[in-house]
Amino acid sequence: MDSEKTREERRVAEAPESRQSATERAAATPSGAGEPSALGMKVEDLSAYYGSFKAITDVSMDIRANKVTALIGPSGCGKSTYIRCLNRMHELIPGAHAEGHVTLETKDIYADDVDPVNIRRRIGMVFQKPNPFSKSIYENVAWGARINGYRGDMDELVERSLRQAALWDEVKDRLKESGLGLSGGQQQRLCIARTLAVEPEVILMDEPASALDPVSTQKIEDTMADLKESYTVVIVTHNMQQAARISDYTGFFYIENMGDPGQLWEFDETEKMFSNPDRKQTEDYVTGRFG
Amino acid sequence: MTQSSTQIAPKGQRERDFKPSTSARHALDWVFAVLVFIATIIGLVVLAVLLVDIGLDGLPRLSWQFITSFPSSFPENAGVYPALIGSLFLLLLIALISVPLGIGAAVYLEEYAPDNWLTRTIEINISNLAGVPSIIYGLLGLALFVNWLAPITGGKSVLSGALTLTLLILPVIIIATREALRAIPDTVREAGFALGATRWEVVRSHLLPMALPGALTGTILALSRAVGEAAPLIVVGAATYITFAPDGPRSEYSALPIQIFSWISQPQEGFQIAAAAGIVVLMAVLILTNSFAIWLRNRYQRRA
Repeated sequence: MDSEKTREERRVAEAPESRQSATERAAATPSGAGEPSALGMKVEDLSAYYGSFKAITDVSMDIRANKVTALIGPSGCGKSTYIRCLNRMHELIPGAHAEGHVTLETKDIYADDVDPVNIRRRIGMVFQKPNPFSKSIYENVAWGARINGYRGDMDELVERSLRQAALWDEVKDRLKESGLGLSGGQQQRLCIARTLAVEPEVILMDEPASALDPVSTQKIEDTMADLKESYTVVIVTHNMQQAARISDYTGFFYIENMGDPGQLWEFDETEKMFSNPDRKQTEDYVTGRFG
Repeated sequence: MTQSSTQIAPKGQRERDFKPSTSARHALDWVFAVLVFIATIIGLVVLAVLLVDIGLDGLPRLSWQFITSFPSSFPENAGVYPALIGSLFLLLLIALISVPLGIGAAVYLEEYAPDNWLTRTIEINISNLAGVPSIIYGLLGLALFVNWLAPITGGKSVLSGALTLTLLILPVIIIATREALRAIPDTVREAGFALGATRWEVVRSHLLPMALPGALTGTILALSRAVGEAAPLIVVGAATYITFAPDGPRSEYSALPIQIFSWISQPQEGFQIAAAAGIVVLMAVLILTNSFAIWLRNRYQRRA
């Protein structure tokens, strides 16, 4: 059994090989471009801690630009912790810190000379429970852009962001009303709009539709399909059908024993992850044998 | 060891397992409701009796002459003007100094301070300071503001009095503002940071407006307490008999509670009546201050 584990570990760890096979597969599919997509972000040996407790260990991942990468796995495996490390939100928790390298374009966002405030504009985040500000709809969208010194036409930016989030038609006549007066699904789309207004390169989503009804969820999923044309999207989700529907790549997080740190157990194209994963635990999880 | 039964009571048995009559329990419930109602009433009745008594004595004495005259050896001529101006001046200065200091300290402790032993020591001591008797603050003010900082404050001046009372109410303002900030869920902060905002931008745009109603409530209570203080002001040199109204922060002064205290100490009945009228004026000032602050709080509550 030990040798089996080592063999599996070697297979997953040999990144170039798995990337190559993904590339070959992409070339083989009718819609494949025939060449590997550009890298949106590159994660190398990322570990995250809450105080002295190690929550995730040595995660390495290539996040493709203009693709949707889904992160799945049982509760408590570190998916939310991981995604918060990607835009340096994790370290805002008192006592929390992360080690490793996360590269956006050519720069490691954890380098000493990097301003985390700037990173968080470039890598946006939408949270599980919609949390619009208690301000007007217009101000919700405009505020982030304003404090970052937006130099263009604010009205146009607000409209553009609300259109991209598929919310413009519903709110265009009531921009001065409070954002809190919207329904749950609308509030979440408002949160997406305000994230888009600061013109990020990457959008992180931590279970964005889990608190919403099916109709709103569908609207959000449709929005995500449009968003990936201009942004790189990473989404944490508990809903495996959702991951299978909307993502191009999927990462499976897993904890072997209770109290261990979470690891990236397997990462590959979504189609392979859900039909023919390499590792047993991945297959057990996606087929619903445990959750 | 007998095996514990995991058998669930059958439907017929369930009714019999419990005491059927609830009348005793309802009776106790009613008794308790009456008792807490009486507790409320006692407080209110005492307050009402006090106010009515004061009003009956004081209201007839109230007149334009009373408000605009200076104290005098003759009770008919005595007026509350310099004390009134002194109290209002104190109120203004205290508000101007204590509100930024108190809210600023609360924002630092709640949003910026790291969770270490120094921060925790400061927090414990602020809670302790809220309970220190006001006369102690008077003694501190005497040493610090009246004597040591005399070149700046002008010695026994309105400024010294205001600074002393500021120290008194600062812990209350800090605690009230901190509670208001703590009540704001972290999701608001997360949303702000995730858009690439600095901590100050999140505080200024979202946290302070949301915390303001709660902070203002605490500030109202604190300022009301300051307006009614007499002992610490006497210690820092507020005059009990003064023939002019304060004309600047470094001027000598009196205050309504002190004037009232001074009149009550006189034997003549006329001064007792004057004292009652003075109390009515003091209550009017408090009601006006509270109403203004409540209006301010409601305005922010609607905006937020």
